Amino acid sequence: MHDSRAIPGPASTTTTQVATADHEVHNPALLHHFADAQQQKNAASLGMWLFLVTEIMFFGGMFCAYLIYRLAHFNAFAAGSQQLDIKMGAINTAVLIVSSVTVVLAVKAAEVGKRKLLTGYLVVTVLLGMTFLVVKGFEYKEKFEKHHVPGPSFNFTDKFDDNGKQIPVNSKEAELFFSLYFAMTGMHALHMIIGCGLFGTLAVLAWKGHYAPSYFTPIENAGLYWHLVDIIWIYLFPLLYLISRHS
Amino acid sequence: MATKAASPVIPVNQTPKLNYLNNGHGLKSWLLTTDHKRIALLYLVSVSIFFFIGGIFAMLIRLELLTPEGDLLSADNYNKAFTQHGMIMVFFFLIPVVPAVLGNFLVPLMIGAKDLAFPRINLLSWYLYITAGILFLHCMLNGGVDTGWTFYSPFSTEYTNTNIVEAGIAVFIAGFSSIFTGLNFIVTVHRMRAPGMTWDRLPLFIWANYATSLIMILGTPVIAITIVLVAVERLFHLGIFDPRLGGDPLLFQHLFWFYSHPAVYIMILPSMGVISELIACFARKRIFGYKFVAISSMAIAVFGFLVWAHHMFVAGISLYAAMIFSFLSFSVGVPSAVKVFNWTATLYKASITYATPMLYAFGFIGLFTIGGLTGLMLATIGIDVHVTDTYFVVAHFHYVMVGGVLMGYLGGLHFWWPKITGRMYPEGWAKLSALFVFVGFNLTFFPQFILGYLGMPRRYWQYPPEFQVLNVLSTAGASILAVGYLLPMIYLLWSLRYGPIADANPWNAAGLEWKTSSPPPTFNFDETPVVTWEAYNYDEIPEKELEAPVAR
Repeated sequence: MHDSRAIPGPASTTTTQVATADHEVHNPALLHHFADAQQQKNAASLGMWLFLVTEIMFFGGMFCAYLIYRLAHFNAFAAGSQQLDIKMGAINTAVLIVSSVTVVLAVKAAEVGKRKLLTGYLVVTVLLGMTFLVVKGFEYKEKFEKHHVPGPSFNFTDKFDDNGKQIPVNSKEAELFFSLYFAMTGMHALHMIIGCGLFGTLAVLAWKGHYAPSYFTPIENAGLYWHLVDIIWIYLFPLLYLISRHS
Repeated sequence: MATKAASPVIPVNQTPKLNYLNNGHGLKSWLLTTDHKRIALLYLVSVSIFFFIGGIFAMLIRLELLTPEGDLLSADNYNKAFTQHGMIMVFFFLIPVVPAVLGNFLVPLMIGAKDLAFPRINLLSWYLYITAGILFLHCMLNGGVDTGWTFYSPFSTEYTNTNIVEAGIAVFIAGFSSIFTGLNFIVTVHRMRAPGMTWDRLPLFIWANYATSLIMILGTPVIAITIVLVAVERLFHLGIFDPRLGGDPLLFQHLFWFYSHPAVYIMILPSMGVISELIACFARKRIFGYKFVAISSMAIAVFGFLVWAHHMFVAGISLYAAMIFSFLSFSVGVPSAVKVFNWTATLYKASITYATPMLYAFGFIGLFTIGGLTGLMLATIGIDVHVTDTYFVVAHFHYVMVGGVLMGYLGGLHFWWPKITGRMYPEGWAKLSALFVFVGFNLTFFPQFILGYLGMPRRYWQYPPEFQVLNVLSTAGASILAVGYLLPMIYLLWSLRYGPIADANPWNAAGLEWKTSSPPPTFNFDETPVVTWEAYNYDEIPEKELEAPVAR
């Protein structure tokens, strides 16, 4: 690192850990190919944001399919939507929003170097994530019981709205709604499972003291991931549960 | 940087100098490396193997079409042959070839970085690629896939008995390999540039790879989710693309081409970047209109996302949508033409050296122009309806994919071979093989334009006897082309041991990669370079005897 940028800049508050010519003092988290800790942090952060872009494109394909089919088969989608459990969906939304708050608090705790607090918030986040998954599991169970899972045993008959008016429903189109419901929420749940594993690992590492105010990039980046998964649910909840209620 | 040297000056005259090739031996030092240059070589070997396998299928196709009757392959096996050919060449060769081999090697060197931003993710992306490749080969050996590389629904989701799901998973994993490569390049270009390496001093190869990476991270996730949907439809009989269940097979085509048309630019853009480097070096001039060439790469990346439905003019989309997509497809011609005109303008009154890489660059310009102009013909709705699914389309995209991408890749591989290996290739053999490639390529694919215009459809294993002469010409050309590709495989391997030793800058070229030794040390530069000059400052580089390093 015989580089002019190694001179401590305004961003390097931890001057002792800035690389010196002979590396006697070396931040153990600083990888060899970066000039300084700030460059490494910026790179990791940009990399995470780009990864989130790919996630948006990934879910975008399904949102696109949902939009097209909702316009094409509106009645079936409305009827299908009314079969979803709005209470469980709302609880899960609340759980996720709270978990996003605990993530923010965890990042803050890492920033000020409170190890136990950081570990605590990470653990609470994992617990909230698991709560979400358990509630989702009960919802899926209900779908199985009501034969609303696409496949040979799918069964969906005409429904009546709140005023007792019969809504004619094409069962195949309703099956398409539930196909998309399972594809979208299932893919989201998969991301939640990955997130729980990620935060569990981070909690262990945080407890062991891997993170300090000079280095907590993994906490920040995992937090970005968690928020994105959260935001995807914030879109899924109204699209699947809410907007067709009062058609 | 584990050296304990107190002074930044590292003695240069140690023989042999420690470089990335002799720094560590044994299989483990390669399979667990995080050095971008070694990963580039891992990719070089693996894409070459896949090119070879894809080439065998190409030869099977050409041999079958030698006669009008279906004599060599059965109809089913012919379907499988062109599907394996297409899938291997697209997903396991063309998409990774230039970014993952040349890009991996050169991006950090060209911007003066020690490595890519995420070396371990870089290695992971190679392992994903290999996993996908092995999975695909396993699928191939167990009967293969017969849907064509586009695996259109409902054939892929409903009717075919071949193992679509396994092939799909392979493509899905390979997609993540390319997402990680793209992500790595973007972060590296943003965050790892050497002091003084501003955006308007970046080599055009970097601009091209940056634009490519944008397409990779924006497009590839969409094909990933499309494959997931095809797989769940096939496995669980969901009705996402099945019209009997309320689905829409056109949606599959939209989602598929939303990635797969931009994927064409993933393939061609890095090669265009290579050509910019070659032309500037062997014309000894700054590239004409540097900024326009750089911006045209970005423009191609952006416009490339807006043209996908020109693959669907006969699929039943609305006429107005078709007209808009036709117009937008024409607009991609503008940045592409900007590149071609600027390359030729660079050649004007230049002192040109006809070294092998430059021959490939000339080949690229000619063939890409033909491929691009026939692309404009296909963007015209009337002509497209006439020649849809004929050999005209086949010839068009082979002119772009093979005439473009492969010419750029081979040119670049020869150009940077001394940097990669520290040895020169044999110039005479290389020129001969460049000639074989050019002649063989044109003989293979030009007759296919005529065949297609006369109405020979693609993907049939038999054809009426009046098409035989042109098909025989095409097969003969393919044999010459095969020799043209086999020759470099032989003499490049030969040069590893017997080639003349190359110095740091055998071409007297501009660019940071030539300012470090050949082969470069593990961390690329003994000292982080500080850039104070513009890209392609050839007027500031003193002339040197260019023939010297090529002497045998």
